[in-house]
Amino acid sequence: MRIVVLVKPVPDPASGSERLGPDGRLDRAVAPNVVNGNDEFALEAALKLVEAAGEGEITLLSMAPANAPETLRKALAMGATRAVHVTDAALAGSCAVSTAAVLARALRDLEFDFVLAGIDASDGVGGIVPAAIAAHLGLPYLSYAQRIEPDMTTRTIRVRRTSPTGYDLLEAPLPAVIGCTQALGEPRYPSLKGIMAARGKEIVTRSLADLGLDPATHGANAATTALLDSTMPPSRGATEIVRGTPDEGAARIVDFLVERRII
Amino acid sequence: MGAIWVIAEPGPDGGLARISAEAATLVRELAAATGREAIGIVVAPDPAVAAADLATYLAAVWAITEPAATDHAWSAVAARHVVNLLGTEAPDAIFVGAGADGRDVAGAVSAQTGLGVLVNATAVAWTDAGPAVEMNVFGGKLITTSGFTAGRGIITIRPNVTTAVQADTVGRIEPRTADGPAALPLVRVLERVSEAGAKAPIEEAKIIVSGGRGVGGAEGFGLVEDLADALGGAVGASRAAVDSGWIPYAQQIGQTGKIVKPELYLALGISGAIQHKVGMRTSGAIVAINRDTDAPIAEFADLFVAGDLFEVGAALLTRLRARSG
Repeated sequence: MRIVVLVKPVPDPASGSERLGPDGRLDRAVAPNVVNGNDEFALEAALKLVEAAGEGEITLLSMAPANAPETLRKALAMGATRAVHVTDAALAGSCAVSTAAVLARALRDLEFDFVLAGIDASDGVGGIVPAAIAAHLGLPYLSYAQRIEPDMTTRTIRVRRTSPTGYDLLEAPLPAVIGCTQALGEPRYPSLKGIMAARGKEIVTRSLADLGLDPATHGANAATTALLDSTMPPSRGATEIVRGTPDEGAARIVDFLVERRII
Repeated sequence: MGAIWVIAEPGPDGGLARISAEAATLVRELAAATGREAIGIVVAPDPAVAAADLATYLAAVWAITEPAATDHAWSAVAARHVVNLLGTEAPDAIFVGAGADGRDVAGAVSAQTGLGVLVNATAVAWTDAGPAVEMNVFGGKLITTSGFTAGRGIITIRPNVTTAVQADTVGRIEPRTADGPAALPLVRVLERVSEAGAKAPIEEAKIIVSGGRGVGGAEGFGLVEDLADALGGAVGASRAAVDSGWIPYAQQIGQTGKIVKPELYLALGISGAIQHKVGMRTSGAIVAINRDTDAPIAEFADLFVAGDLFEVGAALLTRLRARSG
């Protein structure tokens, strides 16, 4: 079983310090980079599938700045086999659509039965890249996965897609692209052994030229969107703290809701 | 004359999703203000109900009958037709919802057409260079405005950005076919499963009552549900409550769950850690009930009631029921 997991290093959202740099792009240096949360759920799902199958390999694919291997090592320490790191100065400032085009091109050089991707990333929260990659490759896209069941004998995959009232059970032939959610299960912590092993694992670097892509038509030069302006949201104002009996608290809430014309 | 499209997403019982009614309202206003044509597009096994609904918002609706949507995931089916339509049409903007179906359509159409995508719009204006799309980024800490380098593209729009308002006159419905070369594989739906304990979708709710670790268990969510019922709202949860198995993942608000912007967010026993805060900080009003006055939510709620959530919640329920009774 050969699985590719897409991994995006993002500024740690728990730091609460994400911001745009002076160039209007995400300031990636403002906080330590971590593996995007939803990508960790994808990787954990891949690890469990390989463990259950008793065989298989997991290739991480990441399009990220030059320092990404620091973050990729953490994902390798969880148990992935190797990583492919697409990096190029011309890629800084890519939009989601141009990112998907480059990742799709990189996937054409990899052998896989299916691709797992986090359903969105904590920095951009667009949630369109996995669908776009699948469309580029002409592969089925099964999204919002809460359970993933590949069948290597029939070469099909079943996915429970989260719906507002439960789930839809989807089925597609392999290869396929799957968008992964937290409902797949909590990611493991890397073991000491895993951390040691990750040091020796291969991280292959690919530039745009390596992928046969022209910087004039890919990456930042192909960006389909541009930042026009940014402003701070208006302050919420001070918090009103109410202490007292439960009924006094409840009475104040009702008054507040009336003041705000909510009830 | 240029055009602005809305891709209508399927709602309950073959009707129109509420997000699509909201998007249609916004598109009608934008089209009127800029001298463009507003067109709604419905793709369904039987588009009649949704098309009739959409025509109460828009002057023109294209209804595409597609039997494959019966037992295939809707997004790839719809994306195929949209891509085929784009073979001969060139709208200035295409609107879809920013939820699961809308994102899947936007991604697929962008890859097949090269159109850019601006995501999670909270407001859209029109400039000489095309749409200017406002969005909250970094969990609501910053508001950005972005445009398309080509002047046109796809916009995913958040729920509750506008209120759905029907037009003065009912629009015309035109059956369309959109055959073509779009090479998007469809995905079969074997079964659609409704789970016990499933709640109303939270992204569209005007009022959300949400429970966290402090609720203590699945039975504790009874009070959360009662308060939601009394307020006419939906039930949400923090990740702690979902991870504990007290409530389904579909109700989770926060970084790896849903991002919501209701008029009222009532948080019970939620500390307001950053992972939760990014999912709800742009809510209209935030009210928290929590024993711990040092909890982060005490710093960004509008009203923080210090106390036991069950005691305060029960008293609040009594007062709300007395008002409505």
